[in-house]
Amino acid sequence: MAGGRQDRQPAACRELIRRHATTGGPDRGAFVAHNRPSEDPTDPSEGKADMTDIRSFENTPEAGFGDYVQLLKPRVMSLVVFTALVGLLVAPVSLHPVVAFSAVLFIALGAGASGALNMWWDADIDRVMRRTQSRPVPSGRIEAGEALAVGLALSGISVVMLALATNILAGALLAFTIFFYAVVYSMWLKRSTPQNIVIGGAAGAFPPMIGWVAATGSVSLEAVLMFALIFMWTPPHFWALALFMKSDYEAAGVPMLTVTHGRKSTRRHILIYTILLAPVAVWAALSQIGGPVTLAVTLALNAWFLIGAFRIWKRDEVQAEADGYATEKAFFRFSLIYLFLHFAVFLLEAALKTQGIGGW
Amino acid sequence: MSNFPPEHEIHRRRFSRNLGVGLALMAFVALVFALTVVKVTQGDMMHANDHESITGAPVIVPAAPSGSAP
Repeated sequence: MAGGRQDRQPAACRELIRRHATTGGPDRGAFVAHNRPSEDPTDPSEGKADMTDIRSFENTPEAGFGDYVQLLKPRVMSLVVFTALVGLLVAPVSLHPVVAFSAVLFIALGAGASGALNMWWDADIDRVMRRTQSRPVPSGRIEAGEALAVGLALSGISVVMLALATNILAGALLAFTIFFYAVVYSMWLKRSTPQNIVIGGAAGAFPPMIGWVAATGSVSLEAVLMFALIFMWTPPHFWALALFMKSDYEAAGVPMLTVTHGRKSTRRHILIYTILLAPVAVWAALSQIGGPVTLAVTLALNAWFLIGAFRIWKRDEVQAEADGYATEKAFFRFSLIYLFLHFAVFLLEAALKTQGIGGW
Repeated sequence: MSNFPPEHEIHRRRFSRNLGVGLALMAFVALVFALTVVKVTQGDMMHANDHESITGAPVIVPAAPSGSAP
């Protein structure tokens, strides 16, 4: 078995790279030829680099358990766990701890499954982008087909188990989320439109709604507002990242807004979405899951976020290059704190309510 | 089965994978058991559906003859 695996792996990886170089369009092809001399038959350094490649495969013949965990994108999962848990805990219905734990676990597992499906589909892109080259599939530790199998199996388990542990609607929403992320976002929109981030953000916005539905059995205004908060937050968050990660997306041929509409337009888009985000956040703070503390935190966070977006909009590339994209990086870092604090304060408000203070 | 002599690195990785899958399966079994216990003990008491409809409303008994109404 081990022999079969070792023989197959380099061939499978070469095939991926070859497919990439021949079908990836002129830009991607050029990038592959430039950065991976071993795969370019015309490159004079072919022999030497080829040996380096084979040796690197021999050193990684068997995937450890950690590689499969990496397939589930644990960092994305941690955000899903947190937002799903908040959605579940702020709901007016309380679940038995075992049921609540199961619900969050299976929502996270569903998110992991969609991550694995994404890694299967996007192996060619991940191979080109520096940020993603060390992922299990592009680095050759796990075959793409295996990622597909893990993704499909975990999708089925998580959806069925969530439906059994809580209710059918929660399970159906999780199934839709996985479908949305793997098919609508990864397969369709990511490579075809610069609005990929906007619509793809919906996939990341579902977990708190699923948590809420797991507890209450129905979708309500508060669940929609939590969804809208993440949905509107995603574009400025990712576009700020794209501003200082330009070369990578360009090389992979992913139509990021920075590549298709230019960076000035991206800065304007960040400002517009941040302005649209603020009323959603305030509305959530005024709803049943909010309260005076939530409103105060919301106003402070959104004021700071708006100032950041305004600063990004005012700058041009010369200024940004001069200080190494300091404003954009600060905005990106703050966007993570922004979302975390929003959900943390929803949770705090729910805790205060149990003490008879807090809430409207 | 394998054409390769045993290699320490491969075996270590394979063991980590087997151990991980084994532990994950055991955790899953334990979780399903715990869920079952909670669902069974938390569920509404079940009884024969002879005097209540599913909604909890009393089952309509055959109406008394109309002549007897005041």
